[in-house]
Amino acid sequence: MSGPFLEIDKLTRRFGGLTAVDELSFTVEHGAIHGLIGPNGAGKTTTFNMVSGFYKPTSGDVRLHGESISGLAMHEVARRGLVRTFQHSTLFAELSVLHNVMVGTHMNFRPNIFSAIVGWDHEDRSGAKARAREALDFFGLLELENERAGELSHGHQRALGMAVAMAAHPDVILLDEPFTGMNPEETKRMMELMSKLRDSGVTILLVEHDMHAIMGLCDQITVMSFGKFLAEGNPQEIRTNPTVIEAYLGGTHHAA
Amino acid sequence: MPRLAKQGSVVLAFVVLLIALPHGLSFSQQEILVFLTINVLLVTSYRLLTLTGEWSLAHVVIMGVGAYSSALYSKELGIYVPVSMLLGACTAALIAMFLSYPLFRMKGFYFLIGSFAAGEIIRLLWKRFRDPFGGPKGLKKIDPMPDFDIGIWQFDFFEPVSYYYFALVVVGLSLWLMWRIERSPIGLTFHAVHWQDKLAQSVGVDVRAYRTLAFVLASGFSGLSGALLAHYIGTINPNSFDVEMMVFVLTWAIVGGTETFYGPILGCIVLTIFNEVVLRELGFEQMRPFIYGLLMICSVLFLPKGLESVVQKLLLRRANGDKQKEEKADPKESEA
Repeated sequence: MSGPFLEIDKLTRRFGGLTAVDELSFTVEHGAIHGLIGPNGAGKTTTFNMVSGFYKPTSGDVRLHGESISGLAMHEVARRGLVRTFQHSTLFAELSVLHNVMVGTHMNFRPNIFSAIVGWDHEDRSGAKARAREALDFFGLLELENERAGELSHGHQRALGMAVAMAAHPDVILLDEPFTGMNPEETKRMMELMSKLRDSGVTILLVEHDMHAIMGLCDQITVMSFGKFLAEGNPQEIRTNPTVIEAYLGGTHHAA
Repeated sequence: MPRLAKQGSVVLAFVVLLIALPHGLSFSQQEILVFLTINVLLVTSYRLLTLTGEWSLAHVVIMGVGAYSSALYSKELGIYVPVSMLLGACTAALIAMFLSYPLFRMKGFYFLIGSFAAGEIIRLLWKRFRDPFGGPKGLKKIDPMPDFDIGIWQFDFFEPVSYYYFALVVVGLSLWLMWRIERSPIGLTFHAVHWQDKLAQSVGVDVRAYRTLAFVLASGFSGLSGALLAHYIGTINPNSFDVEMMVFVLTWAIVGGTETFYGPILGCIVLTIFNEVVLRELGFEQMRPFIYGLLMICSVLFLPKGLESVVQKLLLRRANGDKQKEEKADPKESEA
């Protein structure tokens, strides 16, 4: 397959008179961890919401495997191989950990009402359960499978959010601020999990504030400022880029 | 294995009880029993709808769609009554399908009001068009179930006991279907759509399709309950399916609780017994709606999770008791 894996092309979103994202373009390589950073209000989350189908872009295009996915509903985007997670701990709090992840297997094991009533879907059900357990095992949550999701610790909830996305077998996972509210220990653990996820063949695009995590984790970083593309490069290049330092002002000492 | 045998015997005892039940009752109580059976189907189908988190106010009107269409199919087209009942249920599901297009553009409170308006439109159409709906007076002389004989019991459907058995089979089968659906991955997806529709959508669940599926299925079963009602009482009119009836359904569901499958059924049975038997016996004829309302307020205040929460507590206590007995030697798992 030729052409870029995930391509964001002149993506624009206006809210009334405010242009939140202005002709942003960048590409994500297959099998990379790609970070999207920028000062507060730079339009990172808006970009994310457009890529995942949560918002419709005002103009511009998003292409996955060369196929345009912008403007599609979120579940259609997911079916084409791009799954997102949410800021905060968005989970099915009332359901058990295992059931949470089993919802994630929805696309691979589409339920059918007639076989569900008659009981001909044993293979699918056990397949879905096995897939869910695999995802839980990957994130070290298998012992907690019968707990209610809402009762897990913060770090476990974030990991579960990623397990739900992983159970869907996506080509790309979009992680929206996965390190928010984590202590250094949990952050370190989460970074390991993400590297492991990348090594299993999943491309990761993440938005994050934690510079330490971003610099240590990403293969490639795109910097945004005021809705516009500012710079792109590997962590070393970004760290020393004068425009980036200027955009962040006092914020740079995090990166150093 | 002994546990399975125990469960089997409990189920068997329950079935025997249901079969024997009408023989200990008076004629009017037998009639109430038939209505109760039909209402159990109605309120359980309502719970199926609420699984995706949307509460509709059109459910009783949809029941009426089943009643009207089944009655008309048998009356005007001469279709065999049990078949026309099924067709009535299908018609209700079909109407729900059409309604879902405008209604599921809304969520929460707006859906509630939208469904109420849609229901009223249907009800006013019945009132307005004398042909074929009979106008405000409704339909009369609806064909009864044809009698038949199965050897051990002669079904004469003017007898409430016969109709009770018939309704029991239909309702039992419908409950089993709904139970299977809820326990399947489809039921899990309904719950997912309820608790976090955005997250469900992000992993590829077509949220709107699942909301529609729950609405259509629930409407089908509700239409079936309407058809059962129509061919029993023989006369229906637009006011049989008005908001007052909807309030009853809501009350059963809220007082019983909607977390579990049995919650609304429990609410329906307890409140019907309370309303029809206790209050009537005590002579509170005029005061009944007042006391009924009071009971609902009290249950919301003091039992916000419904009657089911009481049952759950009892079951949990018993399970813990059993566990302690079984695992006295192994205390590590006996966390309360």
